[in-house]
Amino acid sequence: MTEKPKPSPESIDDTLALLDGEDYVASRSLATVLFLSLKMHRPLLLEGEAGVGKTEIAKVVSKGLNRPLIRLQCYEGLDISTAVYEWNYPAQMLEIRMSEATGETNRSAIERNIFSEQYLIRRPVLQALSSEGGAPVFLIDELDRTDEAFEAYLLELLSEYQVTIPEIGVVKADEPPIVIITTNRTREIHDALKRRCLYHWVDYPSAVAELEIVGRKVPGCNPDLSRQLVAYVQKLRTLDLFKNPGVAETIDWATALTELNSVALDPEVVSDTIGTLLKYQDDIARIEQGEGWKLLEEIKSELETA
Amino acid sequence: MGSKDKARPDGRLADNIVYFARALRRAGIRVGPAAVTEAIEAVKLSGVGSREDFYWTLHAVFINRHEDHAVFDEAFRLFWRSRQLIEKMIAMFSPIAAARARDEEKRAAETRAQQAMQREEERRLADDKEEIEFDARFTSSGNEVFRSMDFAQMSAEEISQAKQALSRLILPHDRVRTRRFKPSHRNRIVDPRATMRTSLKSGGELILPRFREAKAVHPPLVVLADISGSMSQYTRIFLHFMHVLTEKRRRVHTFLFGTRLTNVTRQMRYRDPDEALAECSAAVDDWSGGTRICETLRTFNRLWSRRVLSQGAVVLLITDGLEREGVDDLSYQMERLQKSSRRLIWLNPLLRFEGFEAKAMGVRAMLPFVDEFRAVHNLDALYDLTAALEDDGRGKVDPRRFLAMTA
Repeated sequence: MTEKPKPSPESIDDTLALLDGEDYVASRSLATVLFLSLKMHRPLLLEGEAGVGKTEIAKVVSKGLNRPLIRLQCYEGLDISTAVYEWNYPAQMLEIRMSEATGETNRSAIERNIFSEQYLIRRPVLQALSSEGGAPVFLIDELDRTDEAFEAYLLELLSEYQVTIPEIGVVKADEPPIVIITTNRTREIHDALKRRCLYHWVDYPSAVAELEIVGRKVPGCNPDLSRQLVAYVQKLRTLDLFKNPGVAETIDWATALTELNSVALDPEVVSDTIGTLLKYQDDIARIEQGEGWKLLEEIKSELETA
Repeated sequence: MGSKDKARPDGRLADNIVYFARALRRAGIRVGPAAVTEAIEAVKLSGVGSREDFYWTLHAVFINRHEDHAVFDEAFRLFWRSRQLIEKMIAMFSPIAAARARDEEKRAAETRAQQAMQREEERRLADDKEEIEFDARFTSSGNEVFRSMDFAQMSAEEISQAKQALSRLILPHDRVRTRRFKPSHRNRIVDPRATMRTSLKSGGELILPRFREAKAVHPPLVVLADISGSMSQYTRIFLHFMHVLTEKRRRVHTFLFGTRLTNVTRQMRYRDPDEALAECSAAVDDWSGGTRICETLRTFNRLWSRRVLSQGAVVLLITDGLEREGVDDLSYQMERLQKSSRRLIWLNPLLRFEGFEAKAMGVRAMLPFVDEFRAVHNLDALYDLTAALEDDGRGKVDPRRFLAMTA
């Protein structure tokens, strides 16, 4: 990277400006917790429904502060060899044969050679700790998908910013990385881990904020249409659907409607494009059986009076 | 920096944060001692600007569960009130004052936060000394009755018996292969890391393969237990069952339902069974009332299924299946529950195993969607419950057997 990493913001207002500069419309509460996490060097734990922009925050921070983004996607069965480090076994075997050929017999010398940094394959965690040139943004995405064992392993990493490799010793970061953890709440995260983090619940945005987001992310969308579709999505979220549409879905929908050259919502357009917004058959059926029609009438009359 | 660090001797902010943390703790939010110093640190960093910034700064440090947000909000409003007093006085002179006052009449979690503020104020429980005992089996109602429950304490002998019974318990389909490995002597998958390490014992002259195999663990268990009036006889037994289960296994989630659904997983984690049950009875307010199986299942499916069923959970449903309200939606909710769980086991403690016919509407609606239907004759002890759950071969527990009998 040619440009130098920027220092972390000095106040809540700076943080808000930083997010805003990268086209991320954030609430003041999010800016506050992000500012504190950067200042106090504490991991930030973001919880919320799918599609509210949790992962996006990490990307935006990495861009805004001009630091590399290292991402660890969690999944079931994630273990140390895929998350932290692995030894390069074929090369190690070769090294053993080589030392045999040269007649090296000192056992500890061989061991030192074999378990040296050159045979170490660095996985995301280790990369995050030993990154050159400024602390990177380390995103641990969807932590709830992995199991408790890995979560427990993270405790050392998150409180001391170090990992222990038995063959080498402790690897400690010169400058603690900016750690952002996201979870979708498909499993409760253990209290011990939560205690080490600053917690923030990322909620669906307000109508005003969502309108702003649509305006920035889908610049081609005409203002009347955006107002209508945002009002529609906001109404949908009050209906107790099985899965409420997130911001990502709103943006998809706005893009779809813009591509179709619609200028206003009507029942036909809604039913053609509802698949971008709702992802469960029951929810779609509910909206198509009249409830969607009623909703449309409501928002139209509300927007007229407003 | 210098002027910032020098605290004014008469400043009370740090003290107030300490008191505020204490108030939160009394309101049931777990605030550790380290959090207090962190909060002071955080406030120093962000600088006390607007009320909103101060609010979110404290929120970031003190709250780590979304559920606690409402209590925090209320506690914050009550505790840091003096500032608002001035705002209120200004508001008094403006025409919108009346509308504001109405707005603040009742808020969620206000009582809980308020109780925490009133120090050591005795909370009077309803002193209903009168005890009306009636056998409510085979009856059900949709009425919502709020009652508190007092369980007889479990004797030490009972506890040890229960633990013994449970240690013998083998639930059906109780082992799941994971994608993690453990060392193995069988010739399965080569473990390169162990191979390399052991080869160095001989200085690398001899490289003998080491093996590993997939590890098997218990799947998560989700217990949904009916605590309505018709089940009241058995409530104590299965609460104890769930407590021992929570202690013995990891990843057990417990829900109780009558007319509404309550998650008592955390309460069950108390070490002492009596304490755990007391906490449970405080958390639930629809003991021995009516049943709304359909409604509670819908709530569970919508709010909890994605949070607790995600890693292939086995669901244990303990209910008599006597549903008072319409059963149209019940089949649908059961189907959804079955499809999102690894295995749905219905344990019916009420109806006799041999003479039982699936006649009740609710039972008929639910039966097609369970994987196993297990009935218990008499549920007087935990032993009977575990015996009923033992994996005793298929066929006997097939729900279709019961449907065929009435057809």
